Amino acid sequence: MFEGIAAVRAERLVLAGIGGGVGRGGALLLRGANGTGKSTLLRILAGLLRPDAGRVAWDGEALEDLPSWSRHVAYVGHLDALKPGLTVAENLRPWSHEAGHAVEPALAVMGLEPLVAVPARFLSAGQRRRAVLARLVLSAAPLWLLDEPTNALDAASLARLEALLAAHRDAGGAVVAATHQDFVLPGAATLELAG
Amino acid sequence: MFGELLRRELRLGLRHAADSVAALLFFAVVAALFPLGVGPEPKLLARIGPGVIWVAALLAAILPLDRLFGADAEDGTLDLLLLSGLPPAGVAILKACAHWLLTGLPLLLASGPVAIMFGVAPAPFRVLLLGLLPGTLVLSLLGTAAAALVVGARRGGVLLPLLVLPLATPVLIMGTLAAEAARTAAPDAAPLLVLGALLALCAPFCPIAAGAALRQSG
Repeated sequence: MFEGIAAVRAERLVLAGIGGGVGRGGALLLRGANGTGKSTLLRILAGLLRPDAGRVAWDGEALEDLPSWSRHVAYVGHLDALKPGLTVAENLRPWSHEAGHAVEPALAVMGLEPLVAVPARFLSAGQRRRAVLARLVLSAAPLWLLDEPTNALDAASLARLEALLAAHRDAGGAVVAATHQDFVLPGAATLELAG
Repeated sequence: MFGELLRRELRLGLRHAADSVAALLFFAVVAALFPLGVGPEPKLLARIGPGVIWVAALLAAILPLDRLFGADAEDGTLDLLLLSGLPPAGVAILKACAHWLLTGLPLLLASGPVAIMFGVAPAPFRVLLLGLLPGTLVLSLLGTAAAALVVGARRGGVLLPLLVLPLATPVLIMGTLAAEAARTAAPDAAPLLVLGALLALCAPFCPIAAGAALRQSG
């Protein structure tokens, strides 16, 4: 749930009076041309960027400090945060919500089980993206914030992502995604950002 | 969470050991340049040895700071760290620990061979190590705060020494005072205690400052 969001980036008003909401099981699709503030809005919802006006809340709890807010959100940005020298499993393990949790099942969800022990520098762009999305499975956060999640994904991986998002929503989670591509997020509300 | 992330930092540091090794080599090369500059007179070298080791350690500790948050900011890991549930100051403590274990501690160990090279006597060398232990910890803490401040800034690598070196001068002064006192058999406890006090001052304040800077960088 967010309302009256305004953000100034590089002395330019990117977002003004933006409001919207998504409940458990819901989905919100952010649309708009390049530079209309989709990524900025997602970073604000993640708590990484402070809005210049407006408020953000989830389940009645307002976004105030980052450590307690971070229980609610899982964020996938443009950057994949994979270290080239670490294997895929080593890259994902620290982000698991419970220490020592096995990462292999999460990787299997995105069809990455053959690459568990492969250093991330050998991954293709699509495989990197899938590893990043597998991180979502490890998170226990209900609200997923996805910035261009479909970049570099092939059709099979796209189907996996759709299944993953559907399962997350069935389990009571919510998804906010910014994307240029039409990918299936059934019943999603749409927020047009005009810039 | 903290332990898992620290293990990851150390694993990364060992996998990409070039940064740590470069800092150590830089330390040795800087120290080796001094005899060429001031002449090879053994008594002079034994006298300036502790000071040279301190200055070289100070400069070498700054080398990896550029990448301390820079690499994580570039590849998006910093966002994940901030969303890991650790408070921002906790992320700073994590990075300071990693910096000390991967740079401070190796410098401490490398000061042994360099001290032998300068012919530093055992008594001042012992005090030199006693001073370097809190001294390198303070450098890691100050360096982390400075590195957090310059995240996302252009030319951050140039800003870092300008931020850290002036703040580190008390550490340098106290460390060399202690070693000089030990060399002349004067009481050396006071400067070492001041180093401990500096550490006690930096331990809470530097992570808080670094955490606040990290929150602004998003």
